[in-house]
Amino acid sequence: MGNKMESLDKTDQGLDFFEELKHRFLCFKKQKYLEEPEHFQALANAQSPKFMVIACADSRVCPSNILGFQPGEAFMIRNVANLVPPVENGPSETNAALEFAVNTLEVENILVIGHSSCAGIEALVSMRDDVNSSSFVENWVANGKVAKLRTKAAAGHLSFYQQCKHCEKESINHSLLNLLTYPWIEDRERKGLLSIHGGYYDFLNCTFEKWTIDFKRSSIEKEGPKCLVKNRSFWC
Amino acid sequence: MATDSCEDAIAELQKLLSEKCGLETLAAAKIKQITAELEKTGSEPFDAVERIKSGFARFKTEKYEKNPALYDELAKRQSPKFMVFACSDSRVCPSHILDFQPGEAFMVRNIANMVPPYDQTKYSGVGAAIEYAVLHLKVENIVVIGHSCCGGIKGLMSIPDDGTTASDFIEQWVQICLPAKSKVKTENSGLTFQEQCTNCEKEAVNVSLGNLLTYPFVREAVVKKTLALKGAHYDFVNGSFELWSFDYNLCPPLPA
Repeated sequence: MGNKMESLDKTDQGLDFFEELKHRFLCFKKQKYLEEPEHFQALANAQSPKFMVIACADSRVCPSNILGFQPGEAFMIRNVANLVPPVENGPSETNAALEFAVNTLEVENILVIGHSSCAGIEALVSMRDDVNSSSFVENWVANGKVAKLRTKAAAGHLSFYQQCKHCEKESINHSLLNLLTYPWIEDRERKGLLSIHGGYYDFLNCTFEKWTIDFKRSSIEKEGPKCLVKNRSFWC
Repeated sequence: MATDSCEDAIAELQKLLSEKCGLETLAAAKIKQITAELEKTGSEPFDAVERIKSGFARFKTEKYEKNPALYDELAKRQSPKFMVFACSDSRVCPSHILDFQPGEAFMVRNIANMVPPYDQTKYSGVGAAIEYAVLHLKVENIVVIGHSCCGGIKGLMSIPDDGTTASDFIEQWVQICLPAKSKVKTENSGLTFQEQCTNCEKEAVNVSLGNLLTYPFVREAVVKKTLALKGAHYDFVNGSFELWSFDYNLCPPLPA
């Protein structure tokens, strides 16, 4: 692993960069692609992943690494702070991908994965709410405004670090609720064709928390949207 | 096809057993194990939670615990040299095909790996990722990777000329690369639809690379030569990978 980081350090020059990526692709081809020709032939014809995963763009949290998803297993959306905006916010890259995964690929599971030390969430917690921002990051993470309000209400007295940690999880739940604002998602969930899960990867301690959204109870809640969960697990 | 390979495998096994005495017991045990596994997978429904639980456990024992120095460092900060745009397609994760390890690549994945032009209202998601990668992480390379049999590109190429769309969001998104479609329709009109789609997959990468330059902070870093833009195309039908540098001419600002 240390060697790999070094070899990328030397790719400042264009030629080294090309050589390094070429070498990596050829290794993939030899060690995986050519080792399972039938599997990759089948994949070339069609993909039928059972998961759609929404994860942060952070270089440390690729679900192919941390959850070992192999080619064909998970349709993946990666954006800053793994946010899912609600349907009323209009078209975005996130909901175009949601539409494809749910309506065309008919995935059976949606998993939204947040993580520790998320810079996007830090920006959300620390930004000023009363001023229009010129920053792309702040305009985007403002999609998590409700999560920030909940965090301030529940954990506003705690340190910045603890507030961010709280908000990272609150934001996952907010995104899970936003998924249900899409009628074709809500419909499939209700019919038992689709399960919606939240996950939290803490890379400080290398732990993973996972929970499944409890749809029936959430829709009965009269005092406003609330994410109720079931089947919570903690892996360490 | 599966039957052929099964029969081949059985024939090979029989040949091996006849040539090497003493393997029968070992082979019998292995066959019993494989049969039990197949029976198990055939009868039980897919358990999503078990799948991610075992995946995480494997990552922890095979990678995390074997490299404490790296993961301690990553826990404090990330300093990837790459920003990668790749399609959300389950078959094309750059962590597989280019073996990106934790910490190496800041990664955006969306339908057809598109980069929209600068627009703070409409495309704040992609803009946020580029802004963070270029201004905060100071990545040195942005690579946009297209791929074969891309459903998003096929969708783009299939939108009728009168522009009517059937989806809520997909077609609106993929029309970011309409210039690629127009170019292919004009220059490759003699090719089959499938061939046109392949060309469009690559042209769309170039449109996205051009759109990257509409972000002032990208343009600035490119001019200063602290940032390079690359395009790529992964063909999983033929098992090939193309990589190219983006050719651009930046005109100096006109005199006031």
